[in-house]
This record gives sequence, C-alpha cells and structure tokens, in this order.
Amino acid sequence: MLITRLKSAETLESLLKGQIFIINCHGCREVSFPTAEAEALEKALAEQGRVAGVITTDYICNPENLSVRLEKHADAIEAADTVLVLSCGVGVQTVSAMFPGKRVCAGCDTYPLPGFQGVTPLEVDCRQCGECYLNITGGICPITACSKSLVNGQCGGAKDGRCEVDHNMECGWERIYRRLAQVGRLDVLKCPVQIRNYATDKNVGE
Amino acid sequence: MKITESFARGEFVVSAEVGPSKGVETASLVAEAKEYLSNITAVNVTDCQSSVMRLGSLATCIKLREAGLNPIYQLTCRDRNRIALQSDILSAAAFGIENILCLTGDHPTLGDHPQAKPVFDLDSVSLLYTVKKLEEGEDLGGNKLVGPAPSFAKGAVVSPCSDSVDAQLAKMERKVRAGAQFFQTQAVFEPEKFIAFMEKAGQFGVPVQLGVIIPKNAGMCRYMNNNVAGVHVPDDMLAELAADKERAKAGITGVEIAARVIKACRPYCQGVHIMALGWEAKVPEVLKLAGI
Ligand code: SF4
Ligand code: SF4
Repeated sequence: MLITRLKSAETLESLLKGQIFIINCHGCREVSFPTAEAEALEKALAEQGRVAGVITTDYICNPENLSVRLEKHADAIEAADTVLVLSCGVGVQTVSAMFPGKRVCAGCDTYPLPGFQGVTPLEVDCRQCGECYLNITGGICPITACSKSLVNGQCGGAKDGRCEVDHNMECGWERIYRRLAQVGRLDVLKCPVQIRNYATDKNVGE
Repeated sequence: MKITESFARGEFVVSAEVGPSKGVETASLVAEAKEYLSNITAVNVTDCQSSVMRLGSLATCIKLREAGLNPIYQLTCRDRNRIALQSDILSAAAFGIENILCLTGDHPTLGDHPQAKPVFDLDSVSLLYTVKKLEEGEDLGGNKLVGPAPSFAKGAVVSPCSDSVDAQLAKMERKVRAGAQFFQTQAVFEPEKFIAFMEKAGQFGVPVQLGVIIPKNAGMCRYMNNNVAGVHVPDDMLAELAADKERAKAGITGVEIAARVIKACRPYCQGVHIMALGWEAKVPEVLKLAGI
C-alpha cells in the first residue's frame, strides 16, 4: 500500500507558475489519495483563474493508458505553463517523460503503508520515500534511478555515462542533469542541501 | 595546521595520499610518510579506499600527526549513518585533526565485501554541510554541542576529466555552497581537459589541487581507462610507458609523465595532490622534476 499526501501550500505555491493543468490520478486501489485536499487546491486555483484544465483519471503510470486519456486535452496542456500531477511518484515520472519540454510538477509526497505495493510493469519506480524529489530532479526519481539514492547530485563514479555499480545502467544523475538542461531548469540544482528523512513512516501517522 | 592557511598565503599546496594497511600495523606507513612526505603541506589518509576494508583513516591520521605530519582525514558516507559520521568528526577534532575531506564513497559492490549494506545516509554535499553545522556548535538534529565547537579545513573532490563534466561542475558548486573550502581532483592525464575545466571552475573562487597518479606501467593505465571513473590515459602516454619496460618499471617514465602533467597544469591551479598508490618514495622526485 502507499499513501500520497499533498505537499505544503508553501511548496506548491513555489512550484506553480502561470496557467496550470491538473492531472489527478485516482489510480489503483493500493493508493490512498488526498481527495478533499486536491479538490480544495483546484478550487482555490480556479478562483484565481489559473486552471488551464483538469483531468481526473486512473493508472497514469501506464504510458499507453495515459496518452489515450490525455488525447483530448492536448491543446490545454500545450497552452498550460505547468502540469501539476497529483499521484504517486511513478505517475509523475510517467507524465514528465511524456512531456520532456514541459514544467511538470509533483504535487504530492508518496509514503509507504504496510501491505501490498502497487505493481507497475515499468522502467520507472517509486520507493515511497515520503519526500518526493521529482521537482528538483527533472521528474526522474533519484531514489530509484541512482544506485546510491543520492539526492544532491552525481557521485564521481559514472564512467561513459554508466553507473559504477551496474555498467548496464545509465547513471541516474547523468539522466537527471540532461533532463534539467533540456527543460532549462538547471537552476533547481541551486536548491538547499537535501537531507533524507528516514522517519517518514512516522510522519504519516502524525 | 589547516591546509587552507597555506592556500591563503598563496602557496602552491602539495599533498599526497597514503592508504592504511589491512591490519593493525602502522609503523612502516608512518616511517615511509616521514621519509618521503615530510616536506609537503599535508598527507591524505584514505577511508577504506575502493570499498576494501582496512585500518581506519582516523586512527592512521592520529599516528601521522603524532609523527609530526599534517594529516587530511578522508571521510566517506559509505559505511556510517549521520550519527556515526558526526561522532567520528568530533573524535577527529578531539585528536587535533584539522583537515577533513568529505566524500560520498564508492559503492560496496566495488570492494572486497560486496555483501555489505551500502549506507549513504548522507552524501558528500550533506556531509560538508554537517561539518559546517558542527562548527557552528550544533548537530544535524539541531542539538547544541557542549564546550568548544570543532573547526576544520573542509575539502571535497571533483572529477575534471569526467565525461559528465557538466554534472560534476554542478555538484562542485553545491559542495562550495555547502562549505567546501578546497578541492582535490581525480587523477588528470590530459592537461587540456583540466585547463578547460578550470576555466569553468574558477568562478567558484575555491582553491583546486590537481590530482596526479604516477603511472606504473601501460597495463595499469589500460586498467584505469577501462575501470576507473574520470581517468583517461591517452594513447601516446600508454605508448611511452610500453616503449621501454625497464624504464617504466624503475619508475622513470611514470615520474616524467607525472611531472609533465603538473608543469602543464600548474599555472591554472592552486596546488597538486599526488596519489602515489604505493610509490610514495617517488613523490620527491616528481616534485623536483616538476620544479616545485
Ligand atoms: S523521489 Fe522517487 S521514491 Fe521519492 S516519492 Fe518521488 S518518485 Fe517516489
Ligand atoms: S554513478 Fe550515477 S547512478 Fe551510479 S551511484 Fe553514482 S550518481 Fe548514482
């Protein structure tokens, strides 16, 4: 099981630029979604005239499913400045990969809950770290894409773009850097020092 | 003595690296360091380099300090969580260690205990930040330290010839912002790449020591080319080492190559860091030939 919680209002405000297209994923049964909070956020943004479109769907972690669902929203997404994804980390990564030139934001943090984990037959993964880093890593998960789960940048071990641990795997931070350069967001690397919080399962119970 | 004082005086700062043995014996390492590395600014002690279990870096630093040398304590995030790292940083200060080099560390799968749990609770950037916090009298949990706070010259590493050099520069900037006061680089064999790197790294205003390995033979260099991140020995150097095996074996060719790299890079950096890998005895020759 996993649980997604909305990031703080302060964090969300810093992420949301211009007109916003919102993707809600009410996905699989393994996820507990912050429905009420998401609705309140959407309402607040709508009152400010900042909502370019909304889609509430499921299984956005499946790229084929996602592109079918988003087809009729293509123009609205194109026009939007920010795509705000309210889903688990896998969903955000799928959307980011689909719109490499867009500002795609993770609106939620994903925490683990005891029990069955959602299964995605995909290359992207989310380890429910409880403090989603996708907004500072170009939508590529540093926890699962980097062998050391580094959150402050590349180690010195990459050779020919491959990870020191597994030469068959591209260095996750090489991918993150390239994606950030591609979307013109290298500035996020100037963010404060990141320190993992391993007490996140406790936070859920707060 | 803090290595940063030497940089501040405008000296071309020389350091070298020693690796503790797999055992409790330190006498020969200390004796060798005393004989060959007494005239340089500082001596790095590696922290279970390449994830191979050895005697501790801190213990060896203490031994070197007792022998009158100026150690740089290398500390990696591979084996310890933030509690153990902070505790070891305080321990180092209690023993009078004044220089610390913060690294993420290799993954355990690269070493002789591949089954070990990779920790990486912190990384090089957050470790630098942690040292700075302790220096301000507070730990990572926000608790006040009792008594005087520790104080170090805080160093970090960067890989100028990496094929991901832009990602490396971005990380370097994060390290500077987190508190790094000097850098030692991965081994350089291609001065032109290093010079291009320094043109970009100069903006951070932090002294950089050129990393140098004394190449022992062509086989070692080919191994590094295939396996060591950020190190590339060009073909002409390989040919030079292969041309006269006896000369290479005696270390003459390697010393010449190392000195040549230092000479070419010297105008662009603030010091040199020699990773002798067992050839500590050749460090004085390299420096002499490089005109230092
Ligand atoms: S950073 Fe990765 S592991 Fe953490 S919540 Fe986001 S996708 Fe999941
Ligand atoms: S080489 Fe890249 S993916 Fe591998 S541990 Fe280092 S930063 Fe992470």
